Amino acid sequence: MSATFLGMPPFPEAAHAAVEDSQLRHNLRKATHTIRDKRGHAVGELGDDWSELRSEGAAIKEHTLRHLDHYLEQVEESVQRAGGTVHWASDAAEANDIVTRLVHGTGQSDVVKVKSMATQEIELNQALERAGITAYETDLAELIVQLGEDLPSHILVPAIHLGRAQIREIFLQHMAEWGVPAPSGLTDDPRALAEAARVHLRERFLKSRTAISGANFVVADSGTLVVLESEGNGRMCLTLPETLISVVGIEKIVPTFEDLEVFMQLLPRSSTGERMNPYTSMWSGVTPGDGPQEFHLVLLDNGRTDVLADTVGRQALRCIRCSACLNACPVYERTGGHAYGSVYPGPIGAILTPQLKGMSSETDRSLPYASSLCGACYEVCPVAIDIPEVLVHLREQVAQGPGHTGEKAMMAGAEAALSSPAALEAAQRAASLGRGAVPRHLPGTASAWTDTRSAPDIPEESFRRWWKKRGEERR
Amino acid sequence: MRIALFITCVNDTLFPDTGRAVVDLLERLGHEVLFPQGQTCCGQMHYNTGYRRPATKFAVRFVQTFDGADAVVVPSASCAAMVREHYPRLGQSGSRLSRKGADLAPRVYDLTELLVDVLGVTDVGAYYPHRVAYPPTCHGLRMLGLGDRPYRLLRAVRGLDLVEVDRPGECCGFGGTFAVKNGDVSSAMGADKARHAVDTGAEVLCMVDNSCLMHVGGILQRQRSGMRVAHIAEILARTEASEAAVSPTTEEASR
Repeated sequence: MSATFLGMPPFPEAAHAAVEDSQLRHNLRKATHTIRDKRGHAVGELGDDWSELRSEGAAIKEHTLRHLDHYLEQVEESVQRAGGTVHWASDAAEANDIVTRLVHGTGQSDVVKVKSMATQEIELNQALERAGITAYETDLAELIVQLGEDLPSHILVPAIHLGRAQIREIFLQHMAEWGVPAPSGLTDDPRALAEAARVHLRERFLKSRTAISGANFVVADSGTLVVLESEGNGRMCLTLPETLISVVGIEKIVPTFEDLEVFMQLLPRSSTGERMNPYTSMWSGVTPGDGPQEFHLVLLDNGRTDVLADTVGRQALRCIRCSACLNACPVYERTGGHAYGSVYPGPIGAILTPQLKGMSSETDRSLPYASSLCGACYEVCPVAIDIPEVLVHLREQVAQGPGHTGEKAMMAGAEAALSSPAALEAAQRAASLGRGAVPRHLPGTASAWTDTRSAPDIPEESFRRWWKKRGEERR
Repeated sequence: MRIALFITCVNDTLFPDTGRAVVDLLERLGHEVLFPQGQTCCGQMHYNTGYRRPATKFAVRFVQTFDGADAVVVPSASCAAMVREHYPRLGQSGSRLSRKGADLAPRVYDLTELLVDVLGVTDVGAYYPHRVAYPPTCHGLRMLGLGDRPYRLLRAVRGLDLVEVDRPGECCGFGGTFAVKNGDVSSAMGADKARHAVDTGAEVLCMVDNSCLMHVGGILQRQRSGMRVAHIAEILARTEASEAAVSPTTEEASR
């Protein structure tokens, strides 16, 4: 049975376990710093052009989202003109039903999958499994996660939390259950691991007659879908089968083929730190005698229209899933992706998931606080999503809701103490009087500070008191 | 020049030495420091935790208190950023707060900006014969864009040996209420920052924000690292005369 994010604990609880896992901390530090530095180099070599590309990317997305009704209709028309079929799914259940029905229609009981965040968001694999259809992940890292009955922990590198020794174990133990087994003498040499995956997957590519993908972009004027990847496994899925079903969020549209050139520069440099990714596949409908002869596009809303109605929060829909914000985030670096209890982890997940799902669970309500607001995410975002701004905006919504009584009392207390200079001065005098009686380890909420940090000494007199005395002395 | 000091509630209550250092420094440079009595807090903690209504009240008070000031100096990069970046957006569009906030914002400076950009000095005549590690703070780096201003000021201090901290742009993990709401992650980030600071072999860790220093300094003290912390104002205020008068081991023991 494949794992899901349902019922995960709130972020601080999950993070508590993650920060103490030294193997995880080592894997994450190494991986995030490597990609972070690579991205820095790939972006840096463009000099000032980068900020122009970034503004352009943000502007194209912003324009498309403002006129999404128009572009969605254009996509439907151009995809159908090119020989594809367009389906509309308002939520995850509808999308899963459509895909299940389409796969049943092919008479197949298994499908190969191109790495896709949208199908994870709707938990398509689980829905297919319930309908008796086996979905085989073919992206190397997704394969590792699937074989290990694990959960992805990163948008681009879903197995970032695992080291190569752990991957070798997973291959040896589980590959045989799904198909071609791993060779018995398998080592943890990356080349040997890649070869084992290649042999395992090759059989799958040649057998499967139906593929499921997402898309990085959908071009409205030509009806072209675009997938960027590194391994070529996506290309296999997109070209060999007879039927291709693509599940795509409605925010993935760009108006024209020309607009694509901006994102073809922004995305690879931001995600893998490369000037260009190894494989870019593009297809418009179907072409007789070339590639899949049946093509279905499932356009997925699943909360996106609601997000569009929020004037601050909607910038999250500009996201092109590059994962630069994850790699730059000091919080993600310490906790990894699982702690977010969300398909979309890291800073973008902390603003996207609560908006898409509507902050219905304690876990989703904890996500807007999973940030020190350091701004590293905003700095690296290729479409200039002001993630800290949206985090604060979402915190306002959480704070207005029920619960958080301790915090609300603390904030009300601070508000009263800071409401006037007289109130502040009274609080400062009280603190000075009690300064000798402060224990080294404080109780309650304050223990979250003093467990690891000494509390500051309270001074004999505040600044404003010193200033007043100085003024009197000078008179 | 007449300069209005916004001390910030944290400095006022917990780190008055930083405020005294700002006054000493600016007066030594020949300027007049005013302390408008109506000031309390910029509202950053409430704003960042999601309590916009009280934050807006603090913003209104700030704008009323400092209305008409030629220049406002703030010895905290994150409080200066709160005023400059968020006040203009806090009020309803076209409201008195958003108009007055936008009007005042360009005249609100972090201490290092005031010194370098407005007063045009990098050598403030300070003397501080210690090895000092300086990492930027997030809001100073990314919101205010302080750039090399603090480095230029510190390099001009006589006797001061300035050393770089590894991964300088990485957050120390303070983050206001994040430090307690996500105490484990905050401490893990702070422990790394403290380790990078100690690894430099410096005696003193210097930053432009006492809240970050309170966090990293609290870890350094708990670890009995022996490393001291100092707000940049306290270093820039030191002269040969003041160095001779006080023993640094009793001063600025910890945040």
